[in-house]
Amino acid sequence: MIYLDNNASTRLDPEVGEAMAAAAGLFGNPSSLHVEGQRARRAIEEAREHVAALVGGSAGEIVLTSGGTEANALALFGALAGRRGRVVLSAVEHPSVREAAGRLADRGCEVVSVPPEPSGRLDAARVLDAVVPGTLLVSVMAANNEYGAIFPVAAIAEGARRAGALVHTDAVQAAGRLPIDVRAWGVDLLSMSAHKMHGPKGAGGLWVRRGVRLEPHTPGGGQEKRMRAGTENTGGIVGFGAAARLASRRLGETGAIGRLRDRLERGIRDRVPGARVVGASAERLANTTAVLFPGASGETLLMRLDLDGVAVSSGSACSSGTVSPSPALLALGLAPVEARSVVRFSLSRETTEADVARVLEILPAAVADARGAPLAPAAAGEAS
Amino acid sequence: MRIAVAMSGGVDSSVAALLLKEAGHEVVGLSMQLWDHSAEAGRSGRCCTLDDLSDARRVAWALGIRHYVLNLEEEFRRDVVRPFVASYLAGDTPIPCTACNTKVKFATLWERARGLGCEAVATGHYVRVTGDGADGRPVLRRGSDADKDQSYFLWDLAPEQLAAARFPVGALTKAEVRAHARRAHLPTADKEESQEICFVPAGTRAGGFVAAQAAALGLGRPPGSGAIEDADGARLGTHEGHFRFTIGQRHGLGVAASERLYVLSVDAAENRVVVGPAAKLESRHARLEGVRFLVEAAAGPRRVKARVRHRGTETPATVTPEEKGGARVDFDVPVRAVTPGQACVFYEGDVVIGGGVIRREPAAEGR
Repeated sequence: MIYLDNNASTRLDPEVGEAMAAAAGLFGNPSSLHVEGQRARRAIEEAREHVAALVGGSAGEIVLTSGGTEANALALFGALAGRRGRVVLSAVEHPSVREAAGRLADRGCEVVSVPPEPSGRLDAARVLDAVVPGTLLVSVMAANNEYGAIFPVAAIAEGARRAGALVHTDAVQAAGRLPIDVRAWGVDLLSMSAHKMHGPKGAGGLWVRRGVRLEPHTPGGGQEKRMRAGTENTGGIVGFGAAARLASRRLGETGAIGRLRDRLERGIRDRVPGARVVGASAERLANTTAVLFPGASGETLLMRLDLDGVAVSSGSACSSGTVSPSPALLALGLAPVEARSVVRFSLSRETTEADVARVLEILPAAVADARGAPLAPAAAGEAS
Repeated sequence: MRIAVAMSGGVDSSVAALLLKEAGHEVVGLSMQLWDHSAEAGRSGRCCTLDDLSDARRVAWALGIRHYVLNLEEEFRRDVVRPFVASYLAGDTPIPCTACNTKVKFATLWERARGLGCEAVATGHYVRVTGDGADGRPVLRRGSDADKDQSYFLWDLAPEQLAAARFPVGALTKAEVRAHARRAHLPTADKEESQEICFVPAGTRAGGFVAAQAAALGLGRPPGSGAIEDADGARLGTHEGHFRFTIGQRHGLGVAASERLYVLSVDAAENRVVVGPAAKLESRHARLEGVRFLVEAAAGPRRVKARVRHRGTETPATVTPEEKGGARVDFDVPVRAVTPGQACVFYEGDVVIGGGVIRREPAAEGR
């Protein structure tokens, strides 16, 4: 299997697996005072250091969560703390941010979504136009999951904080793929997930700038500085720490991933007539390309490639399985029929030249087959 | 060969997949999500519920084949459900399974399967196709298990559709199918049959579904109460909408009479239901539309055995083609409850010669 769906999830790095296996014996409750508890606590705190180091923060600012979705929920609900006011987002946020903001709107907040330009880039000035005095929160993702665009978080944060708003960024796709420096970016809150960086599912974190107060969403035993009660997931956290440490060390490999991605894009353009890259001119994550294959059903193409041993995604994994095209792609100005024709290839440091060559070999026939299949409701079958 | 199998989550399509896999094919299981049942609590064992999709997935796991769920709700609504409701509102009694086979399974699903590189699409229907027709045309034949034969629902497939279709259980009996499923330890081996219309909620009738869905499908408000009359126009009672009745129906009339009364005809224009004695249900003729001959089209009258309902008896008859895809059928002996909207399918031995949809005739009653 050639795995090109790393924006959905990544393979657990063997080194991470080893760290988790070693932590499997740490059964003590990290809050316990005895030595079994202390062993687990130490492993968690070491992991927290690695996570903090990945984004340029300090360990005391990391709230460990069950993953990116929970980190985003804690950021949005925690920052608003029941207040009503304006919340500004990009129109292509992950559903965990978009839906949380929808909940805030139901509670009386004024939620403003700013779409990217048709080119795929997000204009910081347009976002800041929406940030009026009294805006409570701005949440803009660091990099988009569906087509990989990198958004100008630092520029947005600078303007937004001047207006008095808190700034959150969902860095689930960016963490481990881009150098991140929370101080230089000037954000207040930043979400991460372990399984997008060759770590385990079920572990993630929210970096919370020291001094920023959040309303905790889980009452209980006071873990994670009272932000997130519940006995810690020791094994998962150890895996997250190992993955973050590895990601910091291997950030330099991004260039090589980008060269493979570029080769894939060039090859697709050469071999598949009409194919075009979504957001091609925008600054993008080195590992991601979303390709529009006009006239082909992205879902059919995904299944066809899967049968041939290539794993990709059509739109974001969360929106597949439903008929509606990705809201993020629609926000870019794609027509529904175009959004249904998009396939996302997301590479990782494990992707090889041979993988790319193989994909380019089978793709033209797969697209030709998928172009024969109906996109959306077919014309009625012949009737004679 | 890469072959798609339409997997409903039932035992028949499970065994279809099993047999193709054992024959050495690369089998791709495709399950169709056709109708959103989320509004109906506690459904099970019927077409395309979540339980059925998960049964299909479990079978695919057991067989070690690929399996995908295709969401075809939009196509199903447009090509099956809406015409079904419209047909009831016009006073007919439609067969949605035929439309689903012709317009969805062997059309949209087959096109999707081709997009996956599949060369054929298989189902768990009890019919057989042989390649011995004129010019190598595929010949549709009854399933070997007379009790399970489903050829009545497949007469409207075009030759291209039949040529792409595979029916691996068509030569088996239901008992043999279950034996195969048990031998392979398929989780659906002892699953109950589904008989009713898959999108009509369990325990309810088609009429209730029509009343509930008509407006949402853009078909206006269904008619309310109307008259139940005898053939002479005498009013015998009241009904709650003509579309709740079908020809030959005896129950639910709420009319007291000295003899048993049956629905003889449904008049949509006047929202009238005409009832009468069993003798008046019989008819020697039917007029058809949308006629298809699967073997070479008959130029003139042709002797066939005709069936006017699933599992109905076969009646010797003469089919005379008429213009615009119509035909007249003259039965040798009277046939009970010839119902507009149902199919009349022609057989010669075990071969399906063709068929057509029974159409309403002005003042049809009593003929």
